[in-house]
Amino acid sequence: MAISFRIFTILLFSQTWAYSQAWKATDVTVYDTFEDIEKNFALSDDSIHVINFWATWCKPCVAELPFFEEAVDLTSKRAVKFTYISLDFAKHIETRVIPLLNNMKISANVVLLADGKYNNWIDKVDPSWSGAIPATVIIQGNKKIFFEGSFHSNEEIIELIKKIKTQS
Amino acid sequence: MKKTLLSLFVLTSAILLSFTLPHKGYHVGDKATDFSLKNIDGKMVSLADYKDAKGYIVIFTCNHCPWAVMYEDRIVELHKKYAAQGYPVIAINPNNPAVQPEDSFLKMQERAKEKGFPFAYVMDEKQTVFPEYGATKTPHVYLLDKDRVVQYIGAIDDSPKDASAVENPYVEQAIKALQNGKKPDPKSTKAIGCSIKV
Repeated sequence: MAISFRIFTILLFSQTWAYSQAWKATDVTVYDTFEDIEKNFALSDDSIHVINFWATWCKPCVAELPFFEEAVDLTSKRAVKFTYISLDFAKHIETRVIPLLNNMKISANVVLLADGKYNNWIDKVDPSWSGAIPATVIIQGNKKIFFEGSFHSNEEIIELIKKIKTQS
Repeated sequence: MKKTLLSLFVLTSAILLSFTLPHKGYHVGDKATDFSLKNIDGKMVSLADYKDAKGYIVIFTCNHCPWAVMYEDRIVELHKKYAAQGYPVIAINPNNPAVQPEDSFLKMQERAKEKGFPFAYVMDEKQTVFPEYGATKTPHVYLLDKDRVVQYIGAIDDSPKDASAVENPYVEQAIKALQNGKKPDPKSTKAIGCSIKV
């Protein structure tokens, strides 16, 4: 069910390449149903998984992405794994999602969830979730922290990562 | 001592109060109060104006929100199908046009004309009605019965982005349940849309 979109070669020959090192290959996997990614919300490894729901059309979501990227840099790649789940339309992946990721030099894993049957799955992420984005889930084993709303600094994100470590 | 006791009393009452304050907005089973809001034709609209209503499909919606736009045709269809059966749509724009200029009264009139809205499209000018209902999104539906008792709260159907993929038309299912003397199931879902602009 997963379709991968890769863009490298187009940019190689574009003007951007001549004066910018910013481009990178962006790989965004599209999932049609929440069931396809549900297992990622119940991983039994030791890592902490930070999962952020966002979309290119959601201004506060885009505004907080840099704080997530800073948190990626400030934490161990092995201990903390970041995934950004875009709720954009799948048809906008190449026109909106990938250009934004490239512009912002996003390094974390990005997937697109195209499941429009929201009422079938938002409660599975967390029953308290209204469905509004941004929303973030932090998971370690069977521990979970759910946060609906915006982060205003990387410290706020790292605070929650520390919090889940100390939770029993 | 008297002062301490008094402050203790004040403190306890404050704590008690904070625990006993009612949850904001309606739950299924609550009776909704009527309102009087200005329609796009300049006339005031109240639920009481619908003399033969068997219920009311109150939808908080607006012009600018992409989700509301995706639902426009479906809201028109709902009204066309159910107003004749006694369940009219009353669309309420809850947004502050100073925050979202696309949702001004003038723009509401324009949009209603373009789309040929057959239902009342009123403005919650003072932004007092949506908090009373507890609406947080556009679109956000409150289905009331004849006695204005809230019977269903939430989304219009289960597929905001794609009308052709709807499997559960929640509002229609809820109306049909009421028509058959039953309680809607589900009685509430999560409304998917834009936050209300205050």
